[in-house]
Amino acid sequence: MSAPVTQHEPAVRIVKRDSIPTWKAWCIRLLAVVLALLLSGLFIFAVTHLNPVAVYQGMFEGAFGSERNTWVTIRDAMMLLCVGVGLAPAFKMRFWNIGAEGQILVGGILTAGLMIHLGYTFSTPILLCIMALASIAAGALWGLIPAIFKARWGTNETLFTLMMNYVAIQLTSYCVALWENPAGSNTVGIINMQTRAGWFPKILGQDCMLNVILVMTLTVGMFLYLKYTKQGYEIAVVGESANTARYAGIKLSRVYIRTMAISGAICGLAGFISVAGAGHTISVDTAGGRGFTAIIVAWLAKFNTFVMILIAFLLAFLEKGAIEIASQFNLNNDASNIITGIILFCIIGSEFFINYKLVFHRRKEAAGK
Amino acid sequence: MKKLLALLLALVMSLSLAACGGSDEETPSDTTDEGSGAEETAGIAAEDLQIGLICIHDENSGYDLAHIDGLRGACEALGIGENQITMRINIPESQECYDAATQLADAGCDIIFSDSYGHQSYMALAAQDYPDVTFVACTGDQAAVAGIPNLKNIFPYTYESRYVSGVVAGVKLKEMMDNGEVTDPYIGYVGAYPYAEVVCGYTAFLLGIQSQVPEAHMDVQYTNSWYDLTAEAEAANALMARGCVIIGQHADSTGAPSAVQSAREAGTNAYSVGYNIDMLSVAPEAALTSAQNNWSVLYQATLQHMLDGTEIPADYATGHADGAVMISTLGDSCAEGTQEAVDAAWAGIDDGSLKVFDTSKFTVGGAPVESYTFNSSIVDFTTGNTIYEGQEYETIVDGAFQESVFRAAPYFDIRIDGITELNPS
Repeated sequence: MSAPVTQHEPAVRIVKRDSIPTWKAWCIRLLAVVLALLLSGLFIFAVTHLNPVAVYQGMFEGAFGSERNTWVTIRDAMMLLCVGVGLAPAFKMRFWNIGAEGQILVGGILTAGLMIHLGYTFSTPILLCIMALASIAAGALWGLIPAIFKARWGTNETLFTLMMNYVAIQLTSYCVALWENPAGSNTVGIINMQTRAGWFPKILGQDCMLNVILVMTLTVGMFLYLKYTKQGYEIAVVGESANTARYAGIKLSRVYIRTMAISGAICGLAGFISVAGAGHTISVDTAGGRGFTAIIVAWLAKFNTFVMILIAFLLAFLEKGAIEIASQFNLNNDASNIITGIILFCIIGSEFFINYKLVFHRRKEAAGK
Repeated sequence: MKKLLALLLALVMSLSLAACGGSDEETPSDTTDEGSGAEETAGIAAEDLQIGLICIHDENSGYDLAHIDGLRGACEALGIGENQITMRINIPESQECYDAATQLADAGCDIIFSDSYGHQSYMALAAQDYPDVTFVACTGDQAAVAGIPNLKNIFPYTYESRYVSGVVAGVKLKEMMDNGEVTDPYIGYVGAYPYAEVVCGYTAFLLGIQSQVPEAHMDVQYTNSWYDLTAEAEAANALMARGCVIIGQHADSTGAPSAVQSAREAGTNAYSVGYNIDMLSVAPEAALTSAQNNWSVLYQATLQHMLDGTEIPADYATGHADGAVMISTLGDSCAEGTQEAVDAAWAGIDDGSLKVFDTSKFTVGGAPVESYTFNSSIVDFTTGNTIYEGQEYETIVDGAFQESVFRAAPYFDIRIDGITELNPS
C-alpha cells in the first residue's frame, strides 16, 4: 500500500470523465439527494432537536398534504417551469439572459394594465387573448433590446439583461403608484375582484388548470423546437462554439436576435400567467426572483425541458415544504431556507461527480487501464 | 452495483413510508374540520377552537410581535391552548396570503386573522370560498361594506396613543426650548405610506405635541414600506439633517430610533418616539416612549364571540378606555412632569373631555374645518368604478372629527396646516 513511489503523487487526482452511462449519472444524483437529506437531518437535529423524519414529513404535507396544497405546488412549479422553458434557448446558445425577471414584469405590467382598463369592455376570453399577445410582445421587446445591442455592438449581455431588470422594476413601481388602490397604499390590490374579468377561468373545477395546459404546451413545444428544428440546431451550434457557427455559415446576429425574442416572449407570457392566472395583481414582487431561480432549473436540466419539469417540482416542493415546517415546528423561515440550501448545494454539487471522477491511487488507475 | 441497488431499494422504501405517513395524518384532520364547522352556530368550546394567524413579517418586527403576543394573551385569558394556534409568518400581501388563508381553513381553523392591511382583499377572496370560517382582516376597511358575512375587521384607536406619545414629546420639546437648546420646534416623522391610517396617526402625534408647544411644525418622510430598517434609518437621518429634533414614526422597524441614538452619540441633539415596542433597548438615551396597541383586547373580544356563538360585528374598534392602546415605559430622557401630563391626557381621553381631533386645535388653509364628508364606499381609483357601495357620513360632530366611529379603520385624511409631506405620492 504505502510504496515509496506514491509519495511523489497527490493522494487524490481529479480526472474528467469521457462519458457516463445515464443510469450511473442518475444514481449519483439520487445519492446526492440522500446525502442532502442526511446532512440537513443532522442540521435539524443539532439546531432544533426535532426529529428529522417528522420534519421531512411536514415538508411533504406542506407540498402535497391536501388537494389544495398540491395545486398550489403545481401552480408554482408551472410558473418556474414556464420561465425555465423561456430561458432554455437563450442559455443553450450561451447567451446569459439574466433578465427574465424584467421580462416577466413587463409582461405582467401590460396584463394588469389591460385587465384594469379593459375589464369592463371585453369579455374574458377576448381579454385573455389580448393580454397574452400584449405580454408576449412586451417580453419579446425586453429580450430583443439587449440582443440587438449584442449583435450590433458586441455589448455584454449579462450586464445588459441584468440592468433591464432594474428598468422593469422601476416601471412596475411607477405603474403600481398609478394604479394603487386605495390611494397611498402602494398596492394595486386584487384587480376586478367582483367581476373576475380577465381572470383565468376554472377548467375541470381547478383555478390553475389553464396554467398547466399553457405551460405544458410550451414545454413540449420548446423540446421539439430545440431538438428537431433547424433553428434549434443553430442554437446548439452557436452555444458550442460561435466560431464553428460562423464557419458553418450561421449568421450569429440573426440567431441571437431571434432566440432572445423567443426567450423574452415566453418570459413575458409567464408574467401574463402570473398576473391573470394566479395573483390578479401587480407588484415589484410579481416575478419574485423566479427569473433567477429558473436559471437553476434550465441549467440543471441541461435544457431538456422534460427534466425541467422534475426540477421545477423539486424547487416548488422545497419552497412549500419550508413554509410548512416553519409554521408547524415554529422554525424561523431562515432555518428552512438553510435546509433548502443544503439540498440544492448537494444536487448541484453532484454534477461535479458526474463530469469528473476522483482517482485515489496511482496504481489503481493503472490497473483500471 | 449490488450496494447501489440496495441503497436504491432502501430509499424507495423510506420514501414510500414517508408518503404513507403523510396521507394517514391528513385524514383525521379533515374529519375534525367538518365537525367543528357544523358546531359553529352554537358556539365552540374553548378546547375545540382552532385559530389561524397570518403575519406579514416575523416576531422580529415589533408590529407582528404585538399581534402574536396579543393573540397568545387573548387565548391564555380565554383558556385556549397555544397548540390551537397555527401561525403563518412572512406572508406577503399577495396570492401567498390567499394560499395561506385557504390552507389554514383546510387544516380546520374556525377563525383566521391576518395582521396587515394589504392582506384584506385576499382574506375576502378566501372568505367567499369558505363561508363557514370567519376571516378577520386586522386594520382592514372593507368588511362593513363588502357584503361578505364572514369577513370582519378590527382596529384599535391607535390615534389616541399617538396623541399621548405626542404629549410626551411635547413636554420634552418645551423643556429643550426653555433651556435654550432648541429654538425651532421642528418635528420629523417617518411614515410608511401616504394614506389615511398614517395621516391620521401623524396628525394626532403633532396635535399631542402642539398641546404643549403650539408653534410646533412637522415634516413627514414616507418610506413606502411597512418594515424597512435601512429606509427608516435613512429617513430619520434625512429629517435630522433638516433640523428636526424629535423623530416620530409609523413604520414597524427599529431603524429610526437606532439612527437617532447613533446621531445622539455623535453629538446631535434629537430624540425618538417609537411605535409598537419599547425602543429603550435600541435607543436607551434617545427613546422617549412608543405608541403601542394592545391587540389582545381586540382579539379577546372577537374570540369571545366565537366561544359564545354570537355574531361578530363586521367592524370593531376600541381605545384606551378598554385598554386597547397604551404607551410604553417612559425613557430616562423624558422631561420632568411628563408623567403628570400623560395621566391628564389619558384621563381626558377616557372621560371624553379631551377630543384628539378637536376642530378648534387645527386649521386647513388657515381656516378651521367645519364640515368633512367621509364616504365609506370602496372605489377603484384608477377606473373610478365603485367596488362596494357604502354610505356618506358627516365626520365633524360636536366640534371634533369623529375618527374610527363610522368605520373601524381610520379615515382621517385631512392634511392640516403645519405638516409638510416631503415625498407625497
